[in-house]
Amino acid sequence: MSKVRIIPTVLYNDNVAVRGKKFNNWRVSGSLLQAIRLYSLREVDELIFLDIGATKNKNINFKLIDEFADECFMPITVGGGIKSLDDIEELYKVGADRVCVNTQAFQDPVFIQDAIKTFGTQSIVVSVDYKKINSKFFVFICSGSINTNIELKEYLKKLNDTGVKEVMLTSMDHDGMMNGYDLKNISYANLNYDFRVIASGGAGNKRDVLDLILSSKIDALSCSSIFHFTEITPLSLKKYLSENNINTRI
Amino acid sequence: MSKKILVVDYRTGNVDSVIKAVKIAGYEVIFSSEKKDFDNIVKIILPGQGAYDYAIKQLDKLDLRQKIIESAKKGMPILGICLGMQILSDYGSENNNSKGLGLIEGNVEILREVPNKLPHLGWNSVKFKDKKNKLFFNVLDERDFYFVHSYYFNCKNKQNILATSKYNIEFPAIINKDLIFGIQFHPEKSHKNGLKLIENFLKLNE
Repeated sequence: MSKVRIIPTVLYNDNVAVRGKKFNNWRVSGSLLQAIRLYSLREVDELIFLDIGATKNKNINFKLIDEFADECFMPITVGGGIKSLDDIEELYKVGADRVCVNTQAFQDPVFIQDAIKTFGTQSIVVSVDYKKINSKFFVFICSGSINTNIELKEYLKKLNDTGVKEVMLTSMDHDGMMNGYDLKNISYANLNYDFRVIASGGAGNKRDVLDLILSSKIDALSCSSIFHFTEITPLSLKKYLSENNINTRI
Repeated sequence: MSKKILVVDYRTGNVDSVIKAVKIAGYEVIFSSEKKDFDNIVKIILPGQGAYDYAIKQLDKLDLRQKIIESAKKGMPILGICLGMQILSDYGSENNNSKGLGLIEGNVEILREVPNKLPHLGWNSVKFKDKKNKLFFNVLDERDFYFVHSYYFNCKNKQNILATSKYNIEFPAIINKDLIFGIQFHPEKSHKNGLKLIENFLKLNE
């Protein structure tokens, strides 16, 4: 009944698309608008746009987001640098369907409660980045640059209690490595809380994605490198999943 | 003949794509909450995202309820999208019970919460009941469209249901009475098939 959403993520800094490994070694990967046009032409399920510089630069480039939203006749989630309800409202105005909040959600739980109340649970995605340190998993903020020293499970429980209904979960250790998802934490999060999980970080081949879906029962995942460095397209990935009895939109 | 389409601005959610979709189909858009803009138009679109009671409050605050009902009575084609579809009903149970526009008989209720998590979010197949309806011209049956909702339109008269979808329960995906249409999913976010539905609505009666 529920179709797995395959969501390409487009990361950008200033106005160019970038790609990294483990939230480091950022490299320019090409024209932002070209990437978006290609995904739109391929009729992908959804897109996520994340401005990795916005939190540090303390501004959101609404004009740029307006431009690329105009290319999209599919749902788009926009993140990076969101600090206030006004920011969210402005993002909806320029064409975002949903917004993705990371640092501010961690620093100000009341803000997230207000955002959910004002815009509805379906409109707010909280993004959580985490990294393994001495066999424990810690939440990181500010594009992975600051360790909060809060453990992943503790934070996820808090988000669940707050009423968050969708969490994008990114293992920084798996990000850009193309060696498979962090099955353990993703499965735990998806099976133990009320929110949906968008799994992110690690897809290198079709089998990685199938393994993720089978083990975690997840219905949304984001990929980036796999569509950039391999021949795999969102459609060929979905066809493969479909051959393996996973319900996707083809 | 004027081809102006009024997209009603009642301050609910992202309407950018609805406006774009109408323009791409070759029509002029008036995005407004002014009563005077209900004249000299050929069709009305009610977009919307969010909560039923909030939307109705906004409409009443802008004093647009009567204007929309009058237009419907005059035979003006109206398309409600997502929340804009839901408020066509008699009443909605979200938060506080509130009275809808009463243009298509029924009420809006929460979907079942099991086995799948709410909201119903993502692409889902839509099954046509009346394949010959003009709204479906050049759109194939059982294609996927993008949904985001937790509530559904419980139609009193089953003949108002043009298409259905399934998520925990079977529910109306498209409803219709006379020239009033309601679409639960987001055609403006559903690529070519969705844009075609919007275009077909805009071409009704031409």
